[in-house]
Amino acid sequence: MSKLYVARNPRVAARSLDGEMMIMSGRDSTLFTLNKTATILWQAADGATSLDEIVEHKICPEFDVEPTVALHDAEALARELAGHEILQVSEQPIPPRTAAPGEAR
Amino acid sequence: MSSLMQEIGDKAMALGVPLAVQVDLTYRCNERCVHCYLDHHDHGEMTTAEIKHLLDEMAEAGVFILTLSGGEIFLRKDFFEILEYARQRTFCVKLKTNAVLIREQDARRIRELGVESIQVSIYSHRPEVHDAITLVPGSLKRSVGAIRFLKSQGLRVIMANVLMTQNRQDYPAVRALAAELGVECTLDPTVTPMMDGDRSTVSLGVDSSALREVFRDSSLVGDVDEFCAIPAKVDQSELEAIPCSAGHTACYVSPYGDVFPCVQFPVPTGNVRNQRFVDIWRHSERMNEVRSIRLKDLATCTQCTHVSSCTRCPGLAYMEGNMRGPSSQDCEKSFAKTGIPSANMLAKKLAPPNLIQIKTVQIQPAQIPPLPTMDGATA
Repeated sequence: MSKLYVARNPRVAARSLDGEMMIMSGRDSTLFTLNKTATILWQAADGATSLDEIVEHKICPEFDVEPTVALHDAEALARELAGHEILQVSEQPIPPRTAAPGEAR
Repeated sequence: MSSLMQEIGDKAMALGVPLAVQVDLTYRCNERCVHCYLDHHDHGEMTTAEIKHLLDEMAEAGVFILTLSGGEIFLRKDFFEILEYARQRTFCVKLKTNAVLIREQDARRIRELGVESIQVSIYSHRPEVHDAITLVPGSLKRSVGAIRFLKSQGLRVIMANVLMTQNRQDYPAVRALAAELGVECTLDPTVTPMMDGDRSTVSLGVDSSALREVFRDSSLVGDVDEFCAIPAKVDQSELEAIPCSAGHTACYVSPYGDVFPCVQFPVPTGNVRNQRFVDIWRHSERMNEVRSIRLKDLATCTQCTHVSSCTRCPGLAYMEGNMRGPSSQDCEKSFAKTGIPSANMLAKKLAPPNLIQIKTVQIQPAQIPPLPTMDGATA
């Protein structure tokens, strides 16, 4: 199975409130809140660390969960967040960027 | 308000987090709106470095929604540097502007930086009315042109229409213009006193009969019977509620670093040039005094029929002399909605039809100075 990399979309607005992220979509101003697990994933999504490393080093030590189950759930979550354009998912490391010209709200 | 936003607001209030802050970057302006509450001279605005430091402190304190306003924000030569920095700190940024200085390339840059929304003041669809309020000939044309640039970039634009005697007939056409441009439109019937307490601007507001008409316009208020219904008797527990979010989850910072509970509530609580933002927010005696007030503490208002439904603004009450007192302008609104005088009106024995003194302002467009451009030169 190939590695997945995740990166925060720089067009969103985000702030932690009591350990949970509030995120405003840059596409349509939809507001999201992430639970503590999703917040850990979001905060670790630097584009350079692979999803399995995030799960192994950041999520599993915090929660009593099987690594394979955690990775499966994390991948589903990452793809869902990518669907809302608040996270980017790629099979290659994702270089840091600002919003691309022409990227619509 | 969405239920999620309400939930976040409740959580922020329980935790004492300043969720939303308005920062005025300057009081300087390229328009001279007749109803404006500000003194437009520069008394020593915060520098770029001071504003960036403030943004760092606010991000650390948990501020999520950052409204950048003025004055006219585009008169600051470092505006885009500040905006870029704010977005790097992942604030949800909203802008308030007259948009006169926004060109196509500025609209593109605003879009690239991921601004949530831009509010543009439009007073009328007729240049002779709008320009007579801004005191700048050609301002409507330029503001509407900028709205088109912003909209073409896919940005969320909100037209803000303040209802006054000069433009009271025009709001339906302004809303039609907003619909044509594909943008949102808000209507505010309140003209606020100047921040120094001068109340002369208040007389520019509409009278009770105009308010009555507006509040019975179903295109604005939806179900008129419901909107104008006589409020139900309040339960004692409802009086434990707070008057508004000012000082609880929101506050305001002036271009000089002064922190107030709200832009309309100029109680000095501290200055970010001398103290950390979070220390003012948490420990200022005045901020905590504002925070301590509950509806049950409002001596006159608790006796009023309208206490549960009134839009009473504690800042307007403060500017009338007592932050625990009534706000006459909101009393007038409650009266216009229901036909029932407020406890404050009855106490003052005010005859409802003559509540507001209307004064016409003579405007002389010939004396209007030319428009400054972004670099300060004259257009």
